[in-house]
Amino acid sequence: MAEALGFFTDTTVCIGCKACEVACKEWNQLPAENGGVGTLSGDSYDNTRRLDGIHWRHVRFIEQFKGPYDGRWLMMSDVCKHCVQAGCLEVCPTGAIIRTEFDTVVIQSDVCNGCRACIAACPFGVIDINPVSGTAQKCTLCYDRLKVGLEPACSKACPTDSIQFGPITELRQRAQKRVEQLRAQGTKADLYGADPNGALGGLNSFYLLVDKPEVYGLPKQPQLPTRNLSKTAGFSVASAAVLGVLALVGLRKHRMDDMGGPGGGGGGGGGGGQN
Amino acid sequence: MSDTFFSGAPHWTWFIIPYFYVGGLAGGAYFLAAILAWFGKPEDRPVVRAGYDVAAVGAIFSGLLLTVDLGQPLRFWHMLFQSENFPAVMFKAWSPISFGAWAILLFGLFSVLSALGARAEEGRLQNAALRAVGGVVRGGLAKLVSGVGGILGFFVAGYTGVLLSVTNRPIWADSPWLGALFLVSGASTGAAMLILLAPGRGAAQRSLEWLSSFDTRALVLELLVLALFLISLGSINRVWLSFWGLVLLVGVVGAGILAPLRLHAKPAQAARLVLLGGFLLRLATMLASEGIDRYRVAAGM
Repeated sequence: MAEALGFFTDTTVCIGCKACEVACKEWNQLPAENGGVGTLSGDSYDNTRRLDGIHWRHVRFIEQFKGPYDGRWLMMSDVCKHCVQAGCLEVCPTGAIIRTEFDTVVIQSDVCNGCRACIAACPFGVIDINPVSGTAQKCTLCYDRLKVGLEPACSKACPTDSIQFGPITELRQRAQKRVEQLRAQGTKADLYGADPNGALGGLNSFYLLVDKPEVYGLPKQPQLPTRNLSKTAGFSVASAAVLGVLALVGLRKHRMDDMGGPGGGGGGGGGGGQN
Repeated sequence: MSDTFFSGAPHWTWFIIPYFYVGGLAGGAYFLAAILAWFGKPEDRPVVRAGYDVAAVGAIFSGLLLTVDLGQPLRFWHMLFQSENFPAVMFKAWSPISFGAWAILLFGLFSVLSALGARAEEGRLQNAALRAVGGVVRGGLAKLVSGVGGILGFFVAGYTGVLLSVTNRPIWADSPWLGALFLVSGASTGAAMLILLAPGRGAAQRSLEWLSSFDTRALVLELLVLALFLISLGSINRVWLSFWGLVLLVGVVGAGILAPLRLHAKPAQAARLVLLGGFLLRLATMLASEGIDRYRVAAGM
């Protein structure tokens, strides 16, 4: 496998211009929402609102205002995290979701049948159906561009280098330096998803945050969906066994009644007819 | 706040909810039919035949619902075979939706075979080819088919809940009891359906009494598992402070479990309520989670 590639997003320098969103839509030829008729969220300056099948990049606006002169904006260009241990890839029943030679996670649109298991499996809410293709879609980390040595469209378009693209090991070092720089300035800063020993084996798209992950719409401790499999399957098997016993106890009771009742003594048997 | 609140809703709604219901009911009905086929008496045969019929129709209907729900229905076979490497099998033992696709296919096959065998036994098959197939499924083979089919039936009834738990969605992934709950509900609704249909197939009173007493026990177990499910949700239970909480309390617990337990003397009436409760259980658990949208949570709305 080639070197693992990914994104480091420094949210402190994001200006919310949404150039990354536009570049992504343009390069990947993603359709417009609502037939191109603009819809306003009505409660935020962010009108994209979320990642989905036709928005593979989304600049999230976190508007923390207590009053007109007391508040701050946080901005984060959100995207698929290309998890090292990816829940979507784990549950995909068609094999449409693959790990590429760049250690990124890609959905093959010609294989996906739109069952949507990956949507529920993703702890970040990244994936959704593209209504035009009828398949689940998300960021491919511009796999087609990587194949020919180009950087992804979003990071190329980012005017402030909030989105940085490169080999993950290099990006981690760069991110750590930036955290130290910010902390030296008195700014609270932490990396999210940069630890290869952390949640999901690390994220190949990781972030520098200045508030709790939940504030940015990120889970504190993202987990794989299969964490529940053995326990929930075990309880199901146990309840099936209890139902089986209940059914057999009922049959046995009937048989005992038959034997004890008038004309009893017969009823032996199992068998159940000729079929 | 649970981390599950940051995931996205998969839009499993108006085809998947009926599928979960019908699949559970069909699996439960087949399981009961298989129990009677193995351990019952000749007088139980009408119930066995009705159970096979319910299972066969339910399995076919389930497959159709699942296929129609896909974004690309013509690619349904991608769940069974590798599309780029046909006929290599596509199977992931750790993915409930993958082994569920195989389970519903095999359950359909076994339930149709059993139904054909039962119809051949009654002499109700007009088509020569079907009569030939049905004629083969008798004696020891019929028992073997019903044994394997019974296990598959319970598998289909329960895996749907396991599938929901193996996600990152609120409610579904926050409790390990959903698989057990759906399985027990599948058994109770399967019994209820047989209580309503079997008399039309000439079922003996003793068989119906057995079904009714089984359903009562299954409902008590369902109530217990539902309580464990709610306890395991902990702080997530605040999601029930909604319309779906009302549906769960009034529709599922009240109308679907407690009322049928009180109506024990009127099995047909109780059975109808059990069927309603089983559907409302899927409806409430599915839509309560589906309604939680990631961006709204993140925005504190």
